Amino acid sequence: MSYSSYIALIPLLPLAGFVLLGLFGRKYLKHSSGIIGTGLLLVSTVLSLYTAYKYFFVDGRIGDTYQTITAVKYTWLSFSENVSIDMGIILDPISVMMLVVVTFVSLMVHIFSLGYMKGEERFATYFAFLGLFTFSMLGLVVSSNLFQIYMFWELVGVSSYLLIGYYYDKPSAVAASKKAFVVTRFADLGFLIGILILAFYGKSLDINTLIANLSSSELIAVTTASLFGISALTWGLTLIFIGGAGKSAMFPLHIWLPDAMEGPTPVSALIHAATMVVAGVYLVARLFPLYTISPVSLDIVTVVGVVSAFLAAIIACTQTDIKRVLAYSTMSQIGYMMFALGVSGYGGENGLGYTASLFHLFTHAFFKSLLFLGAGVVIHFIHSNEIKDMGGLRKYLPITNLCFLIACLAIAGIPPFAGFFSKEEILLAAYNSNKIVYGFALFTSGLTAFYMFRLYYSIFWNKQTEVHDHHGEGPFSMKLPLIILSLCSIFAGLIHFGEYVSPDKRMLESHFDPLFSIAPVVIGLLGIFIATWMYRKPTDRPQRISGSLGALYRTAYRKFYIDEVYLFITRKIIFNLIGRPAAWVDRNIVDGLMNGIANATATIAAWIKGIQSGKVQSYAIYFFGGIVAITIVFLYLWK
Amino acid sequence: MSDIPISHILFVSTALFFIGMYGLFTRRNMITMLMSVELILNSVNINFVAFNKYLYPDKLDGIFFTIFIITIAAAEAAIAIAIIINLYRSHRSIDVETAEEMKW
Repeated sequence: MSYSSYIALIPLLPLAGFVLLGLFGRKYLKHSSGIIGTGLLLVSTVLSLYTAYKYFFVDGRIGDTYQTITAVKYTWLSFSENVSIDMGIILDPISVMMLVVVTFVSLMVHIFSLGYMKGEERFATYFAFLGLFTFSMLGLVVSSNLFQIYMFWELVGVSSYLLIGYYYDKPSAVAASKKAFVVTRFADLGFLIGILILAFYGKSLDINTLIANLSSSELIAVTTASLFGISALTWGLTLIFIGGAGKSAMFPLHIWLPDAMEGPTPVSALIHAATMVVAGVYLVARLFPLYTISPVSLDIVTVVGVVSAFLAAIIACTQTDIKRVLAYSTMSQIGYMMFALGVSGYGGENGLGYTASLFHLFTHAFFKSLLFLGAGVVIHFIHSNEIKDMGGLRKYLPITNLCFLIACLAIAGIPPFAGFFSKEEILLAAYNSNKIVYGFALFTSGLTAFYMFRLYYSIFWNKQTEVHDHHGEGPFSMKLPLIILSLCSIFAGLIHFGEYVSPDKRMLESHFDPLFSIAPVVIGLLGIFIATWMYRKPTDRPQRISGSLGALYRTAYRKFYIDEVYLFITRKIIFNLIGRPAAWVDRNIVDGLMNGIANATATIAAWIKGIQSGKVQSYAIYFFGGIVAITIVFLYLWK
Repeated sequence: MSDIPISHILFVSTALFFIGMYGLFTRRNMITMLMSVELILNSVNINFVAFNKYLYPDKLDGIFFTIFIITIAAAEAAIAIAIIINLYRSHRSIDVETAEEMKW
């Protein structure tokens, strides 16, 4: 049971990389910065794989239950006996699983970036930012304390902001990074309030203590204290979920994610597909014992998840920017994870949804980062994000073609690829709990297959594009991650995930029912078939179909006008009703006060200035007048 | 001598004082202004001597003050004339209004 401090090295090594490259990268380590960053992360990855091996197979389990191990604990701010802010590392199945996912995907992205970002002016800065992001994400997943989670949560937001705005000379990138930051920051406000509510009633910030406090005797106090008929616990959890929904791009706070695709493509693979955006899922999973106490908040999670999954899948069918299609696909898949958590129960068989959600998180990280890195190769090759500039690339990019196909099959849920198993479990959990959710999920999985293969055919088949510069698929460093991630996408599903991750940390027997999987697979195949029929060869079928769908297609193409609604609310309502009056008050009252003081001073000064004329004789008159006045005062008035 | 009442003497000194004051305020020539200041000082001297004689005939304090004032007036005149000469050198004039710029 010796999880000594070497675990602290896992997050600290990327931090060291950030500091080193951030301080000295641009001047001294211009060419070696990529190798340094990648090397440090390689060590982290090895350490976390070792930790995972040790935890899952050697000494993490006592009896049939996985232990929660506090590897490092350091009291940082101590307010009173019970309330302190600790910095710590805890190991339990989900945090160890996340350690592996984050370090592994980050390592792949680092390696890919070595080739993809070669020759960039701010190469070292880029790797410094990647290091910062990896550090924050690792710190987030091992946090033992809600406040620590919050700190790393914000750090993750900052590094995401920095990386989205990496091409800061592009106005759209600047706008996108600002949008991402403002939207997630807005959601984080809910998170903070939620933390405070929970900490107030739970009397602790430490997650395990908090869960113990709230789920036992304190529960009565919490449920009676209510606001608008909803218990304080539900309020707290819902507010925390708002924070998670902001980070995980759930409807209606998803608007930042598609715009975030302005960042470099490997960044999209790392942050906006595989790791950061699942932070919301992780947060809900981390506090899952509390969510099970409050069914209302779990219902909210379910509804938001289903709506996001469904809406995003529809929007993804109409987008023409390949990265945006992938972004909406990410949102849709995270919606899956969310509602899987929402329909889950706590113990035993009921915990299937929880397991399925994290299983999907695990497999999704591999195939979604693979998709993004594949898209990165395509963009690197074609120098465009638009589908219309692509087509017939399978001859030029054979490896990418194959990897992309594997990832598409995985996300479409075709056996035996990874996505099949995790999606299967999610659907099963939904089926057991709520048939409507199941229906939506099933339909969405068909849509997923359709839009992924629409993308696949549009890039690699369809019309033949004239390609002039044949620089191929890029260096070996860009192919290697694709191949490794493809292997993961094929085999990750074979892990018996339920043995390792379940809400009560006991083994969950996952039973595979071939009959149940007929429906999703058939629907997936149907989606693929339709996509093949429409997009494999250049035809006018897509135009005809979108034409016949008319308004529906246009609405989906315009992303259900959600951006416009936000613009309307911000520009027309908030700016006019709050912004303008505030600006008026600022300009006229606050500034007016200051200007008034300045003007009064100036006026009085101008008036007094006349007295100081330089005429000695007027001085003498004032002097004499003063003496006369004093004399009169003292002789006659001062009695 | 002794039948001259003090009011006569005070009248003279007051007249001297206001003549000096008038000269100080109205003349632009700095030498004249300096002379006006001397008039004011002398009116004060007369007051000192008169009060000393009529109120405390057996004491000398007022007379001492007068002597001090005369001495200081001599010193002051020396300094003032030095200033006037310097002003004349730089401005080619001893009109007090040419010295207005010295307020800067």
